[in-house]
Amino acid sequence: MAFTAQKMPWWADGILLPILNLCAAFVVSGLVVLAMGESPIEVLSLLIEGAFGFEEGISYTFYYATNFIFTGLAVSLAFHAGHFNIGGEGQAMIGGLGLTFAVFLVGDFSPVVSVLAAIVGSALFGAAWAYIPAYLQAKRGSHIVITTIMFNFIASALLAYFLVGPLQRPGGQMPESADFPEAASLMGIHELLAGIGINFEEGPMNVSLLIALVCAVGVWFLLWRTRFGYELRVVGQNPEAARFGGISVSKMTIMAMMISGALAGLMGLNELLGDQHRLVGGFTQGYGFVGIAVAFMGRNHPIGIVIASLLFGALYQGGSEIGFEISTITNDVIVMVQGLVILFAGAMPYLFKGMLAKIFALSRRNAVGEGETK
Amino acid sequence: MTGKTSLAIETRDLSKRFGDVRANDQISLRVKAGTVHGIVGENGAGKSTLLKMLFGFYAPNSGDILVNGEHVSFVNPADAMARGVGMVHQHFMLVEPFTVLENIILGAEGSHNLDQAKAKARAALVELEEKFGFDLPLDEPVEHLAVGVRQRAEILKALYKGAEILILDEPTAVLTPQECEQLFALVKLLKEQGKTILFVTHKLHEIMAVTDDVTVIRAGKLVARRVTAQTSSAELAELMVGSVVVREVAREKHADDAERLILSGVSCFNSQGQKALKAVSFEVRDGEVLGIAGVAGNGQTELLEVVTGLRQISDGEIRFAGETTNSPSHMQDPIALRRMGMAHVAEDRLKTGVVETMSARENIILGYQREPDFSAHGVLKLKDIADRAEDYFESQDVRPRNPGLNIGSFSGGNQQKIVIAREIARSPQLLVIGQPTRGVDIGAVTKIHDQITELRNAGKALLVVSADLDELLAISDRIAVMCEGEIIGTMPTEEADEKTLGLMMAGQRQSNDSVSAIPTSSNDGASTLPASSQEAS
Repeated sequence: MAFTAQKMPWWADGILLPILNLCAAFVVSGLVVLAMGESPIEVLSLLIEGAFGFEEGISYTFYYATNFIFTGLAVSLAFHAGHFNIGGEGQAMIGGLGLTFAVFLVGDFSPVVSVLAAIVGSALFGAAWAYIPAYLQAKRGSHIVITTIMFNFIASALLAYFLVGPLQRPGGQMPESADFPEAASLMGIHELLAGIGINFEEGPMNVSLLIALVCAVGVWFLLWRTRFGYELRVVGQNPEAARFGGISVSKMTIMAMMISGALAGLMGLNELLGDQHRLVGGFTQGYGFVGIAVAFMGRNHPIGIVIASLLFGALYQGGSEIGFEISTITNDVIVMVQGLVILFAGAMPYLFKGMLAKIFALSRRNAVGEGETK
Repeated sequence: MTGKTSLAIETRDLSKRFGDVRANDQISLRVKAGTVHGIVGENGAGKSTLLKMLFGFYAPNSGDILVNGEHVSFVNPADAMARGVGMVHQHFMLVEPFTVLENIILGAEGSHNLDQAKAKARAALVELEEKFGFDLPLDEPVEHLAVGVRQRAEILKALYKGAEILILDEPTAVLTPQECEQLFALVKLLKEQGKTILFVTHKLHEIMAVTDDVTVIRAGKLVARRVTAQTSSAELAELMVGSVVVREVAREKHADDAERLILSGVSCFNSQGQKALKAVSFEVRDGEVLGIAGVAGNGQTELLEVVTGLRQISDGEIRFAGETTNSPSHMQDPIALRRMGMAHVAEDRLKTGVVETMSARENIILGYQREPDFSAHGVLKLKDIADRAEDYFESQDVRPRNPGLNIGSFSGGNQQKIVIAREIARSPQLLVIGQPTRGVDIGAVTKIHDQITELRNAGKALLVVSADLDELLAISDRIAVMCEGEIIGTMPTEEADEKTLGLMMAGQRQSNDSVSAIPTSSNDGASTLPASSQEAS
């Protein structure tokens, strides 16, 4: 009885719950804004205005969202195999390194070749970086949470080494590489739209958004339509049953983590190939970590992840605009709001579940009661 | 009836249900104060459920519990403890890095100042230790102690918390024979000091050795109360495993008994690195059901695993359909074995046989996900899978008729029907079944037994491990009894009686001939059988 009471319609769990979490985060943020003597309503409207109110703002929102789709998918894929990949950040950095090697390797041959090389390079390096913790987990039992966290630091140091060493811009002092060859560039969405006669303001949103969406569809197909995805989910849900079904748990752990790492690695397409056109130290900006919150908020489903990515993209973009309008709302406040959203949606996603379940159980009982009286 | 006051624990018609399963059905237990009272029953008979109600872990569905003649209703173990009921669990409840002293005062510190609390407890403990002849290293971390010593720490903990009634749940399961002797001595001493002890076990010689009275539980029901001095382990064994049910299934004799599965001298280690199988030899022929009887935990799980490609053997050889499938140097994986015509109904359905959180539809392909009718070029054939699920549900009459539901939300019986449908769909040559009807409702039991017999009559080989002796007597052609990783003996079901089997399950080797090679149901099988006991020695 108590067991059935926990059951809710899918939309309550998948949609209502994340919205409740989001509201809770905004309420707490609003209280802080209020305490600072500003109007929460004004701040919220500025945030929405900044994220969706004008074309360049929209472009930035989707640009950030692209990063989160990649890293969110990365986290969720590992999660479906029963592993918590905290290393998206490091895998993205090493993916960026691989991308840089790839584009310099193929040079200025052709844009198509450069982009393909960038995709292969970033995915391969990201996957390779995830392979090491995965191998250690599968064959030596080292906990993947710990190793992937530590691998973020190693990745960061490795990236720094290359950017102040072999890859540093000749004669430069900054931790950044030389500019990529001309061919190594992804088309902006505004250019694409211009091509079909739609006028859209220039912005950083680029074709990697489409690549991210393709990846989302791909992850969905992989998980729920292929034998591999089936085996991956069995391993994640019940490793004993996987063994019974002839599935190698260690092999699947390694495969899932490598795909996860490849997805995180692809984030470099957006940041580096779409916008910066060079490898910059610290280009990952914590997007790999936010991917964890995105995956949780999106309930580890690609559709949810795309929506959650958009939300976080809006928070990043809208938040940065508020500072221009209200001087007391500094960047720290925005970071706090983002933090609260991550806290409520990512770290405590089931905060309201018990309450919601009770409401549903109650309403069902009432409905039954009414049915009986009629 | 010498009056209620002399009873330390009494239950009246105590019942507990889990879903459709009656784990305890109107149990009326009477434990006299100042005695050692044994509760004996097979695994799954309902002993643990009873204990958990006595100790406040579960609330009964109906019935009463009386402690020292007073009605009690425990909400949690603390309530039970306050009434002087202490329990030593089969799996110790100790914090390993903490010292014995710290573990004993855990939850009863009585002061925020830990040093003070410890000093006070130490004084009390020294007194207790003297009284009961304990000699525990109070300042040693528990993790450094032998299992027997840990158990004494648990007992001391219960005494320290004021237990007058001690419940020992399978106390010898983890002990060496020497530690057992020490425990028995301690139990006697505790009794002399006026404590009441409830000694729960499935080992008959322990009951005979330490108890004054004994209660036998079978399939959730209290089946007998005996004064230990006036009973025998033979009688208890018979009570414990029940009486034979007349076989109603029509059986056909087979002449074509090819040896489908042969184990010769198979040994293996369990996951803890202990020897789990010791030189096990037997064979299963086409058209016969070989039942494996035994008290749970005597190697049956590992036997299933080595046969089905889930655990590699350390010695010997397993041959299936003429090929070596498991040897110390090589093991065929479950998928290869399935393709060779072996199917496996796992003994622990939810842990191994299905993925509880996936739909029934997704579960019907587990183990067969790589077969061409379920996937092509790596892509699942969802339509075909859905159709097949419909077929399975139809043929097995699974309810509710909705393969889209998570398999965890079906009843045990319906889950098992789905699993059996999955495993017999490809008409395997050998079906290995662990606990065919565990957690299955009565209606489904008959159907499952009929299906097993149908397969047998169709000339398939079946290896069935079950803790339910009645079941094995009803469906098997031959029964092999396992104890402590060895096959104690094998006999044709016609010659098996529950008493002999019960004693064999308790580890007593039978000296008469029926133990060794006896031809199977066939008439000419006498020649080629590798007699289990000969091969082993």
